[in-house]
Amino acid sequence: MSSKSLSKSQDSLVVKVFVYVICIVLAILSILPFWFMVVNATRTSEMILAHPISLIPSSHLGDNLKVFDDKPTFQPVTGFINSAIISVGATVLSLYFSSLTAYALTAYEWKLRDSFFKFIMAVMMIPAQCTLIGFFKMVYALHMTNNLLTLILPAIAAPATVFFMRQYLQSSLSMEIVQSARIDGAGEFRTFNSIVIPIMKPALATQAIFIYVGTWNELFRPLVILIDASKKTMPIMVSLLNGDIYRVEYGAIYLGLAITILPLIIVYLILSRYIVSGVALGAVK
Amino acid sequence: MDKRKTVNYAKYGYIFSIPFVIAYLIFSLYPVLYTVVIGFTDLHGLTMKITDMRLMSNPFQNYIDVLSAKGNGSFRLAFFNTVIMWVCNFIPQLFVSLLLTAWFTDDRTKIKGQGLFKILVYLPNIITAASVAILFQAFLSYPIGPLNAIRSGFLNFFDKIFHFGFDGKTYNFLNNKNFTRGTVSFIQFWMWYGNTMVLLIAGVIGIDPEIFEAAQIDGANRRQTFFRITLPCIRTILLYVLVTSMIGGLNMFDIPQLLNRGGPDGSTATTAMYIYTQAFRNSEYMYNRASAASIIMFVIIMILTVILFYILRDKDEVELRKIRKRERKALKR
Repeated sequence: MSSKSLSKSQDSLVVKVFVYVICIVLAILSILPFWFMVVNATRTSEMILAHPISLIPSSHLGDNLKVFDDKPTFQPVTGFINSAIISVGATVLSLYFSSLTAYALTAYEWKLRDSFFKFIMAVMMIPAQCTLIGFFKMVYALHMTNNLLTLILPAIAAPATVFFMRQYLQSSLSMEIVQSARIDGAGEFRTFNSIVIPIMKPALATQAIFIYVGTWNELFRPLVILIDASKKTMPIMVSLLNGDIYRVEYGAIYLGLAITILPLIIVYLILSRYIVSGVALGAVK
Repeated sequence: MDKRKTVNYAKYGYIFSIPFVIAYLIFSLYPVLYTVVIGFTDLHGLTMKITDMRLMSNPFQNYIDVLSAKGNGSFRLAFFNTVIMWVCNFIPQLFVSLLLTAWFTDDRTKIKGQGLFKILVYLPNIITAASVAILFQAFLSYPIGPLNAIRSGFLNFFDKIFHFGFDGKTYNFLNNKNFTRGTVSFIQFWMWYGNTMVLLIAGVIGIDPEIFEAAQIDGANRRQTFFRITLPCIRTILLYVLVTSMIGGLNMFDIPQLLNRGGPDGSTATTAMYIYTQAFRNSEYMYNRASAASIIMFVIIMILTVILFYILRDKDEVELRKIRKRERKALKR
């Protein structure tokens, strides 16, 4: 290769080194806080007070775990179960009914269809925060506070998911398949369940991850609706860590955080390829 | 008459939309309307029944109360904080994401390990914001904590050289208004720039490569290509990033709430925290005032969204018109 074409197609070494250094620094910045957390979760409060920063784990994980036996405000197992129930319920409902609505918007010609789609687009951006007081008072009047269903059922109407599913169906559903199912005598509902849902699998997988994570991480609504200690979700449990009860239990705080964060990191690393490409998919469509 | 022809498929469009519509009416539309109504009434206190709720003598009294108060714990300060903390996160976020996008989509730089890098910088986005906030609170803890250890280490080191007489005292970072605001902005930045970058890279990859080839033939340099071609082509995605980030930013709650409970002196209190505090942490349970604040935020978000939707829709229509023109021309030929 001649030097001229080389200089044209490649950056100088200085630029390359600079770019790599910045990227490595940013990558480290993404992991380092979590590494500090894991390390400090294995150290006693005395060790943390003497040397707040360490990169080498110690062996006092059990001691920190014992703090939660003595002061059982932070209940990770309860939080985990409640969060899992809400997240699974909300994800399943949201995926199924959003797909159904998206199918109605794609496969059928009906009078109000375009206005309905415009309506969904319009309300897509309304955040739940703006409706919270009315939602709370309604739930309160119905004695539905402290009920996990209160946070699961609203997932049936998820405008953003409907929008995504519709975009997906428009590009991947051929009406010929639906027609042939009709000729074979399948009802419309059965066609949807046994033919359309399998077609949507890739979109369902992507959306499932994002709905699950979003529901799992939500703090605002659960904080208002779930007051009983036995109903608290993981983010509310985490918020209890910064109360007075654990004020001097530095090791326990880090351990509590690690308990809530590490499962997410592990699941993320397993699914990361799908997640990162899923983000991009949502944008381009 | 042929039976098959009379099957009216249109009705299934309605039938399949019913679950969504019912759930939407119950869980979203009704609460919105209810919130609007409460905003004009005297509904407050934990025990007050809805049937006892009365319209205010001046229906807009709650709005006046919300908007006129100043200082610590006021809506005005909360709105100011929210905007400041969003802007201080979004501008660096966009800058860094664009820079990384420019590097990663440039054939001449050819960065290796892009996949791994994307996975790592996206990681904070997936983690519970509540946990992240408390983790950073632990890092900033006073009198002894990781950041204080770094600070003391630095000051001790420079004190040995310059002898400015470092007294060894540690610093309470969370007592400094701007430092706490900056920390909230930093956490938001740290959690979201990976997401923005992935979106922008997807946008750039989606651009027709012929456009870049044409630019190269015309002798455009790298900077010209980026500012004149890449940026205009990803305008839709930039707007999408802008609007989602703005709505998220205007509803910021978890991080400032758990990092320092809106402190010091209400300097990191946000509008979402104001709504929460008025309704659930105020001893008088001011549901009416919280509703009025919600509706104010709702209107602000709606106006901004409509503006952005208008811009987005306009662009699509222009493109559609172009395509139709082309089609018509092709037909004439």
